[in-house]
Amino acid sequence: MADAKLVIVKVKRQTGPKEPARWEEFSLKWRPSMNVIICLRDIAENPVTRDGKKTTPISYDSNCLEEICGSCAMLINGKARMACSALVDQLEQPIRIEPLSKFPLVRDLTVDRQFMFESLKRVKAWIPIDGTYDLGEGPRVSPETQEQGYPLSNCISCGSCLEVCPQVNEHSQFMGAAIISQVRLFNLHPTGAMNKNERLAALMGPGGIQDCANAQNCVHACPKNIPLTESIAAVNREVWKQALLGWLVG
Amino acid sequence: MRQPKIIVVGGGLAGLMATIRVAESGVPVDLFSIVPVKRSHSVCAQGGINAAKNQKGEGDTTAKHFDDTIYGGDFLANQPLVKRMCEAAPGIIDLLDRMGVMFNRTPEGLLDYRRFGGTLYHRTAFAGATTGQQLLYALDEQVRRHESEGKVKKFESSTFLSAVIDEGGVCRGICAMDLRTMEVKTFVADAVIFATGGIGAIFGRSTNSVVCTGSAQSALLQQGVDYANGEFIQVHPTAIPGEDKLRLMSESARGEGGRVWVPRNPAEKRAPKNIPEAERFYFLEEWYPKYGNLVPRDIATRAIHRIVYQEKLGIDGQPAVYLDVTHIPRETLDRKLEGILEIYEKFCGVDPREEPMKVFPAMHYTMGGIWVNAEDQATSVPGIYAAGECEYQYHGANRLGANSLVSCIFGGGLAGPAAVKYAKNLQAGAESTASSVFDREKKRQEEKNQALLTQDGSENPITIWRELGDIMTEHVTVTRINKNLEKADAQIRALQERYKKINLSDRTRWSNQTLNFARELENMIILARVVTVGALARNESRGAHYKPEFPERDDANWLKTTRAKWANNEVQLTYEPVDISLITPRPRRYDAAK
Repeated sequence: MADAKLVIVKVKRQTGPKEPARWEEFSLKWRPSMNVIICLRDIAENPVTRDGKKTTPISYDSNCLEEICGSCAMLINGKARMACSALVDQLEQPIRIEPLSKFPLVRDLTVDRQFMFESLKRVKAWIPIDGTYDLGEGPRVSPETQEQGYPLSNCISCGSCLEVCPQVNEHSQFMGAAIISQVRLFNLHPTGAMNKNERLAALMGPGGIQDCANAQNCVHACPKNIPLTESIAAVNREVWKQALLGWLVG
Repeated sequence: MRQPKIIVVGGGLAGLMATIRVAESGVPVDLFSIVPVKRSHSVCAQGGINAAKNQKGEGDTTAKHFDDTIYGGDFLANQPLVKRMCEAAPGIIDLLDRMGVMFNRTPEGLLDYRRFGGTLYHRTAFAGATTGQQLLYALDEQVRRHESEGKVKKFESSTFLSAVIDEGGVCRGICAMDLRTMEVKTFVADAVIFATGGIGAIFGRSTNSVVCTGSAQSALLQQGVDYANGEFIQVHPTAIPGEDKLRLMSESARGEGGRVWVPRNPAEKRAPKNIPEAERFYFLEEWYPKYGNLVPRDIATRAIHRIVYQEKLGIDGQPAVYLDVTHIPRETLDRKLEGILEIYEKFCGVDPREEPMKVFPAMHYTMGGIWVNAEDQATSVPGIYAAGECEYQYHGANRLGANSLVSCIFGGGLAGPAAVKYAKNLQAGAESTASSVFDREKKRQEEKNQALLTQDGSENPITIWRELGDIMTEHVTVTRINKNLEKADAQIRALQERYKKINLSDRTRWSNQTLNFARELENMIILARVVTVGALARNESRGAHYKPEFPERDDANWLKTTRAKWANNEVQLTYEPVDISLITPRPRRYDAAK
């Protein structure tokens, strides 16, 4: 019998944030429509390295497995992407899998992306409704506005845009493209626009929009094809307008 | 006056809505979730949310929505609360609209509506084909706002292990495990609301997310919380088969005009595009002329199984049929269905705008769930409430498409204030409970962890889980045969025995996902027995529960709710009448107008 087709996977392991990193290599049986998640599950079922050493299952985040929850972002062959949609047949082997590098490491491929959710708080990424009691319908929204807003609202907070941004590093607090794009989303909604200035002000401080150096890596890394650079340009204009107005009014 | 405290477990639509309502009333909330709540399974809902707003001049009413829901559920749902939900639905859409959901719009700037299964009206509001994601984000944003104001505290990398129940049988809080430190802790609350979703994982592969294990529901069942209609699960007719997951292809594809067909000739070799109309078998349209491709899911699923397994007409002899949207203009597809078409393209490498999709039914939704009362989502244990997919109230024997999001938000919205009212009326709050009650529960859970981490055995948890999924999928989904169900229950019992010999390949106490999975697995096995034993007992066919040996609905003997308890390692079933006070049951058929 011919040997079954094999898939070779190299995973960067780290038992905890203060432990040393190491690489482990695994040899897995190929299966049709195999993705990186299946690789990680197969390893968990039989945690033995390629050279026959027993090891532990790999810690990683995942949930929906259809690229809409944002959990399973990691570096696959050096590229920030979602593990669920990373199909083995389209990847060069050995497949190198590493955790995102711009977020605090928890263990193996698990990182802590709380920073992104905190940033959403800073920019007040919500519509401040009075309450959940019945106040009738919302404002009318033109199809044009909806077609502009809907793609922005697809952001899954995966962190890919932060991972590829040279401005996101240990010396900066840059909140990143995803957050700027959320400000654009809420500012274009008729109700959200009423608090437009608050959100713009939040982007003027440390970690705000002036930290963007226009590398434009973000828009290429976004798994949801969000027009991030367009958002940055649009919000930048608004921020300047507000700054100038503030200066004129004094 | 003492300040009550509420815990919400689960951060999908129902849990977030409950959280918002509690926070709004000025009562502090602790919100527990395995994943950051923005990553909850509600994001996977695609097609839309139902409300009879009658914005297409069709004469739709909430009474018709109510009738469609009860009829679609084959008369197994208690009617009064379903009626209230349908009446509340238009207001729920208004609320979501005010929260800024980017719903699709008409040229006039109003919400657009599309048709969904089991109705003849355009009743489904939608945001592209990612409606669940958009609604979840709206609620997530509101919760984040309350969180920034200090009203909500999130525990987003924590898993629920058990309720803390005192000597009087009253819930006084929960015991949870931090998924990073693996530390077991108890948390005090006057009332706890569970919104822990569906149970897809007990079927191995399903359309559900990884966290949808039913573990919390099962843990509660084992602590004396009743579970109802466990045998009712929904198999969605159209999903993409996959090794790790069966990815949903929303009913909205058919709502926008998508057609299901197979070649009439089983030996057909031509590409689907080259097969002339006359040689295509649009079996749903032929068999159900009135509803066509939009028959309810149980009907469509059984029709596809019949085509594949009896008529032997699956594409290339495989278990697959075509879901065809290629005749719909590209511009319409991109505006209304882009999200799901992208999923197909990404995972199958074929553009569904050019070539019909290949789909097959998959475990999708849990109609059964934690028993709740007919007024306010209270369970059988004082202090415990449940809302969303984890409870059984709204969908009877089969859920209509686009009714899940509305039931989550309605149920969550009801549970929040109910829990607050209960907490405020307590004579003695949870803070007066003896600390020994909490210590005992914590010790019980720590001992379980300790045993799992130290025992030597020969069984791998993932292997047992795969086998459980295979048993459940083969015997307890679309077609149920008593002797097979008996065999399945025996096999699941055998897994329960093998579970005792489980060996964790990871014994560390930091971010140990294997330990957490092993804990969930034990609960999954028990819940699988509830589903199987419930199915075995119910000798009729109703909605999604289909037994060829008993092909008819049997109202005389089975128009009743199953209530399961767990005692002495056995499922104990009792039955109670269904409240049919508003609509008299009538035969359910979709080949003609009802």
